[in-house]
Amino acid sequence: MAPVNTAPPSDAAGQPSAALRFASQSLNTLFSLFITFIGLLAVTFFISRVIPIDPVTAILGERATGEQIAALTQKLGLNDPLWQQFGIYVWDVFHGDLGQSVRTRDPILSEIGRYFPATLELSTLGILIGVIVGIPAGVLGATKPGSWRDLIVRLVGLMGYSMPVFWLGLMGLLLFYGELGWVGGPGRLDSMYEMMLDMKVTPVTHMILIDTALAGEWDMFWNAMSHIILPAALLGYLSMAYISRMTRSFMMNELGQEYITTARVKGMPERRVVWVHAMRNVAVPLITVVALSYAYLLEGAVLTETIFAWPGLGRYITDALLVADMPAVLGGTIVVGAVYIGINMLSDFLYRLADPRAR
Amino acid sequence: MTALTPWLLDPNPKSRLQSRAGQTFLSWLRFRRNPLAMIGLGISLALILMSIFAPLLAPYDPIVQSLPDRLLPPLTPGHWMGTDDFGRDIYSRILYGSRITLYIVLLVILTAPVVGLIIGTVAGYFGGWWEVVLMRVVDAFLAVPAVLVAIVLASTQGPSFENVVIVIGLLYWPRYARQVRGEVLSIKQADYIKLARIAGCSPARIIGLHVLPNLVPSLLVLASLQVGSAIILEATLSFLGVGIPPPQPAWGVIVEDGRAMLAFAWWISLFPGIAIAFTVLAFNMLGDWLRDQLDPRLRGL
Repeated sequence: MAPVNTAPPSDAAGQPSAALRFASQSLNTLFSLFITFIGLLAVTFFISRVIPIDPVTAILGERATGEQIAALTQKLGLNDPLWQQFGIYVWDVFHGDLGQSVRTRDPILSEIGRYFPATLELSTLGILIGVIVGIPAGVLGATKPGSWRDLIVRLVGLMGYSMPVFWLGLMGLLLFYGELGWVGGPGRLDSMYEMMLDMKVTPVTHMILIDTALAGEWDMFWNAMSHIILPAALLGYLSMAYISRMTRSFMMNELGQEYITTARVKGMPERRVVWVHAMRNVAVPLITVVALSYAYLLEGAVLTETIFAWPGLGRYITDALLVADMPAVLGGTIVVGAVYIGINMLSDFLYRLADPRAR
Repeated sequence: MTALTPWLLDPNPKSRLQSRAGQTFLSWLRFRRNPLAMIGLGISLALILMSIFAPLLAPYDPIVQSLPDRLLPPLTPGHWMGTDDFGRDIYSRILYGSRITLYIVLLVILTAPVVGLIIGTVAGYFGGWWEVVLMRVVDAFLAVPAVLVAIVLASTQGPSFENVVIVIGLLYWPRYARQVRGEVLSIKQADYIKLARIAGCSPARIIGLHVLPNLVPSLLVLASLQVGSAIILEATLSFLGVGIPPPQPAWGVIVEDGRAMLAFAWWISLFPGIAIAFTVLAFNMLGDWLRDQLDPRLRGL
C-alpha cells in the first residue's frame, strides 16, 4: 500500500483535508521534538554545572597561575549569569558546536563523527537479528498460547530481560572466544589486520564491514565479521526479548478478532491467516516497538562496547569520563539523546503513515 | 486447608469476611495454575529469606580476607562456589550481596512512584500550563540516556550507596509520572468526578478520595515490573565501579572482581551473574502475573 492520500479534498462543511491534518500534526510533533531537545540540553547543562569538576582546572592543570585562570574563566564565559550561559550553550549546540575536547583539543562533533558509525553498525546488526528472530518467535507463541512452545518462547524472552548485558558479554567471551574459539575476541579486528587497516582500507563510512567490503579486502571483512557477531548477537538477543514479547501479545489480540474467524471459516490456510491477514495489523504497532528497541540498543551499546573493546560512542564516553573530559562526555550524551528523540519521532511519523486511524 | 475449602468456595457467602477470603482463595487457585508465576514466587521468597538469614546461612565472613584460600575452584570442600583472589568465599559474598540488592530495590520502589504520582497527578488533574511544563520535563528526562547519566552522576559524586539510590530514583520517576497523568486524564472525565465537583468537594478531597485509589493497580504493576530493571541498573553501576564501593559484596562488584581473571577463575564472575539473572527473572515473572491479573491493558509496559 502506497502512502498516498486518497481522502477527498475538504468539503463544504469546512472539514480540513486529511493532508492538512497530517501536516499540522507533523508540525506539532516537530515542535514537541524541539522542546524536548531543549529539555535534554537543560538536563545535561544542569549536570555540567553541579558536578564538582572545575572546567578551568581541567584544561589548565593544577599549576596554572591566577592570571591564566582568570583569563580562561572569562573566555569560557563562566562569569556570565547562568541563563546567559545556557543560552550560549543552546545556540552553540544548534550550530553544531559541542565544544572542544579537553583531552585532544579537537572539536567534539568531528570526534564523535569518527566513533558513532561503529556504534551504529553494531546496533543495526543487533536490531536486524532481533527482528528476524523475535517476530517469528512471538508469532509461534501467540498461535498456541499456553502450550510448551509458548512457555519456551516466553521464558527465553523473560531471560533476555533478566540478564545483565555486561555479564552476558563476559560469559559469551569466555565460552565462544576463550573455550570454543568460534569467534574473534574483543576489538573490531585481529591485531594483525588492525595494523593493515589504515594502509589498505580508506575509511568511507567508518563502519568496518562496509569499508572493508568496499575496499575488496575480503579476508579483513570476514575477520571483522567474526569479531562483530558476538556483541551483535548479544544485543540482538536483548531486543529479541522485547520484540517477541510484544509480537506475541499483539498477535494474540489480533487472532481474537472477528475477521480472523471469518477468514478461517472461509477455509483459508492457517499460515495465510496468521502471516498475511493478522500480520498486516500487527505490523503497525510493531513499528513503534522496533524503533524503541533500536533506540534502546544504541544506548545499551555503551556497556557492550566497554566489554568488547568496541571503538564506538560508548567507549568514547567512558574513556572521556576517566580523564574528566566533561565536554566530551556531555557531547556524547547529547548525541545519544538526540538520536533517541529522533528515532522516536520517526516511528511516530511511520506509525501515522501506516495506520489510517491515527491520522 | 481442606476443611476450610467448602466454606471458602461457598457461592453464597454469609459475611463480608467469608466473601473476601473466598475471592482471595480463588485467585490463589488461579495463581497456582500458572507455572511461571509459581516459580517466580518461590525464588523471590527464597531470596528474601536468604537475605534476612544471611548471617546464619553464610559459612564465612563476606569481607575478611583469607589469603591461604585464594582462588579455590568450585566444589572445594567448604567453598562450593569457590573463592576469589583474596580468599573470600563466593557463596557467602553472594548471600550478603542479596541484602544490598533487596535494600536498594525497596528504597527505589518507595521513592520513585511517590514523586511520579505527585507530578503526574498535578499535570493530569490541573492541566493547562502545569501540564505542558511538567510533561516536557518528563519527556526530557525520558530522552536522556539513562545509563549514561547514571554513570556521569555517580562517577562525579563518587561511588556510594546513597548515590545509587538517588540516581536510580531520579531516572525512574518519569515513567510513573507519564502513566499516572494518562490515567488521571481519563478518570477526570468520569461522571462521579464531575458529580463530586458539583457537590463542592475540594480538589484535594477529589484527588485523595476519588482519583488516587484508581491509580493503585497500575502503580503496583509498574513498580513490580521495574524491580527487575532497578536490580540490573544497580548491578551495572556497581560493575562499572560507580555504584556500591568495592569491598562490599554487591553482585555487580563481585562480577567486576572476577573480570580480570575470567580466563582462569571464571567462577568469580559466573555465580553472582546467575544470582542477578534468577532474581530479576523471578520478579519479572511475578510482575507479569500481577499485570495480567490487575490490568491486562498494561501489556505495553
